[in-house]
Amino acid sequence: MGSRQLKNRQRDPPSLDEFQARKSNKNKKSKRSNKESTEESSKHKKQKKSSHKDKEIEEPVEEENLPEVDYDKLAKESKALFDDDIEEDLQDEFDLEQEYENDEDEDNNNQIQWSDDEEMSDNDIEKLNMDNIEKLSAKLDKQDQEIQEEAEMELQEQNLQEKITDVLLNDDELEENEDLTTTRTRMLEIVKILENFSTLADPTKSRSQYTERLLKDIVKYFGYTEFLAEKLFQLFSPTEAIEFFEANEVSRPVTIRTNTLKTKRRDLAQSLVNKGVNLQPIPGNWSKTGLQVFESGIPIGATPEYLSGQYILQAASSFLPCIALDPQEGERILDMASAPGGKTTYISAMMKNTGVVFANDFNAKRTKSLIANIHRLGCTNTIVCNYDAREFPKVIGGFDRILLDAPCTGTGVIGKDPNVKLNRTPKDFMDIPHLQKQLLLSAIDSVDCNSKTGGVIVYSTCSVAVEEDEAVIDYALRKRPNVKLVDTGLAIGKEAFTSYRGKKFHQSVSLARRYYPHAYNVDGFFVAKFVKTGPSKFDDNKSSAKEKEFQAQKELEAESIINDDFAEFDDEEDEHYIKKSKKEALKKKGINPKSGKKKEDK
Amino acid sequence: MRQLTEDETQKVFEKLANYIGKNIKNLINKDHVFRLQKDRVYYVSKTIANFATSIARENLMSLGICLGKFTKTGKFRLHITALQILAPLSKYKVWIKPNGEMPFLYGNHILKAHLSKISDNVPEHVGIIVFNEKDIPLGFGVSSKSTNEIKNVDPTSIIVFRQSDIGEYLRDEDTLFA
Repeated sequence: MGSRQLKNRQRDPPSLDEFQARKSNKNKKSKRSNKESTEESSKHKKQKKSSHKDKEIEEPVEEENLPEVDYDKLAKESKALFDDDIEEDLQDEFDLEQEYENDEDEDNNNQIQWSDDEEMSDNDIEKLNMDNIEKLSAKLDKQDQEIQEEAEMELQEQNLQEKITDVLLNDDELEENEDLTTTRTRMLEIVKILENFSTLADPTKSRSQYTERLLKDIVKYFGYTEFLAEKLFQLFSPTEAIEFFEANEVSRPVTIRTNTLKTKRRDLAQSLVNKGVNLQPIPGNWSKTGLQVFESGIPIGATPEYLSGQYILQAASSFLPCIALDPQEGERILDMASAPGGKTTYISAMMKNTGVVFANDFNAKRTKSLIANIHRLGCTNTIVCNYDAREFPKVIGGFDRILLDAPCTGTGVIGKDPNVKLNRTPKDFMDIPHLQKQLLLSAIDSVDCNSKTGGVIVYSTCSVAVEEDEAVIDYALRKRPNVKLVDTGLAIGKEAFTSYRGKKFHQSVSLARRYYPHAYNVDGFFVAKFVKTGPSKFDDNKSSAKEKEFQAQKELEAESIINDDFAEFDDEEDEHYIKKSKKEALKKKGINPKSGKKKEDK
Repeated sequence: MRQLTEDETQKVFEKLANYIGKNIKNLINKDHVFRLQKDRVYYVSKTIANFATSIARENLMSLGICLGKFTKTGKFRLHITALQILAPLSKYKVWIKPNGEMPFLYGNHILKAHLSKISDNVPEHVGIIVFNEKDIPLGFGVSSKSTNEIKNVDPTSIIVFRQSDIGEYLRDEDTLFA
């Protein structure tokens, strides 16, 4: 399985390492051949001088012709070159030239020179040669690669020709208890076809047929509901989608965050290592407090260090919104949905226990773990409250910064909670975004735009669904013109979508960041950072959560009339129009509709 | 949320004085106040206490650091959450060896075998703060014997009765916090 995937990937441009390895190989090869060719080379130099001009003119032509060259043959020739006698073939001359000049420093000259001078000094030629060498080595690399690709393609095509017929099967054609590996192989085949549809696909089949089959296989292999599989599949290219689904099958590495209120990361790492925990700083150098735990002989959630609040178990992805929020000392901050307190305590630590942090959570039971973590980590600047977050700013407004880590469908944390695969219904993807929109508007209204240091709102979810991410922040931008999106200040992450399946979002939405399990090995996550630029009439909004909900429902109804649910058929009303048009049709034919009726009556 | 009554203040301070003695005056300053919310007593900075007034009583779950709670019979009980306030001000301290850490964190009393060092002149039956050898506070208890007596007892005898330890964060999470 892995090998097949690897093969797929090889067509990507080579990484730096690969490239250098290939280069060094080439150098070795050329050095060996250099000895053999020293005698020949002197001959060649003379020859080349004379033929230089021709070659220069012809080279571009040669390049154009390249794709038509038989690469296998070419490769053999270039290998055998120094064993055989010199051929007058132009292509071979290039190779030779490259080989015997290879000992010289290649880095000297980057510019490609073209000269039409009839007479050239040796220096010029050498210079020129060096240019050519660079170019040629690049070209050879390309050729090598293309040869590889060619071979690979052939292999693939062979495979495909065997399998292309049975890739698309109807449900009834499938074996009853098909082996999962068979399903898997078929999935990968289809992905390959979808990635290169024009050449690999069966011309009689449509793309949607392939996609449909693939989705069914995904449902079967990974155990999603069809609805969710399709929703997630649409976010990615087929290859990436499979990677995403596969990444959801493995759990993310355990990460812990150093509580900087009590200790330093180095000291903590030291004392844990002494207890036999294998760990290292979170790779990527974007967090100064995170540690990644590989294996531990002791329960990592019950060490004396843990109990004394030196660290907290926290997913790497939940560092991100706090880093984006960038709290400053002495500020007033609200965390709207804070349980179990990983982010709240991080904010508190960033502020070094100054200012005040309001930690709110709607669920009273979850506030227990929140309060426990706050006390264990020694955060003295917190107030824990239990409101529907939509009650803000009625409760208290004028915050410098607000973090809204909104409740979500959890499509980014399927690795952690596989129940999501089956439990999420289309209704969830309507209701939850509906709540998220209200929460975000409440957050925006609760921020003080005149704050000297802040005026920041960070919106984050652990979902990758566009309805909960881009659509929500786009909604907020439309409803509250007094906020704008700004750069999150995070070192990693992919740009959010500005358009998705026909929906267009505000251009600045691209400033938000998406995180995927297969790309960064963190949970699927979304972070957007707003700055409030001015006051709005909503700022002293005293309506309660219920009133807001009522208002939002009304708006939703109004919107649905304009948008989608409008064109329903009302049969009773239509009947009237149908009768009317029938009458008109009869009149046109010169028949009096009333007379016809009378006849019927009689 | 409200201030403590005189009676309540007296009960709380008596309990605190058990562990920190005269150092209690360090707790009482202009910037910090004691607040009662439901049956719990919180020690919190004044600005935060003022902000917390905007939160309705039934919605306010916690503020600052919780010291403990008044039982139904009107007695005051210190919680493990008070440790971070008591530890730096403590009057008597006991340090335990690494092999004694886990037994203590699982809720056992401290045996002489696990004793690393102890403050001089600890009298019998006084509040004492328990540290490990890295000076991390682990809990608090009551000395069962004075420092001098400890020298003469056998290794398996109890020297400190455990009252509270940080293992409670895991064991008693359901009852400890609201």
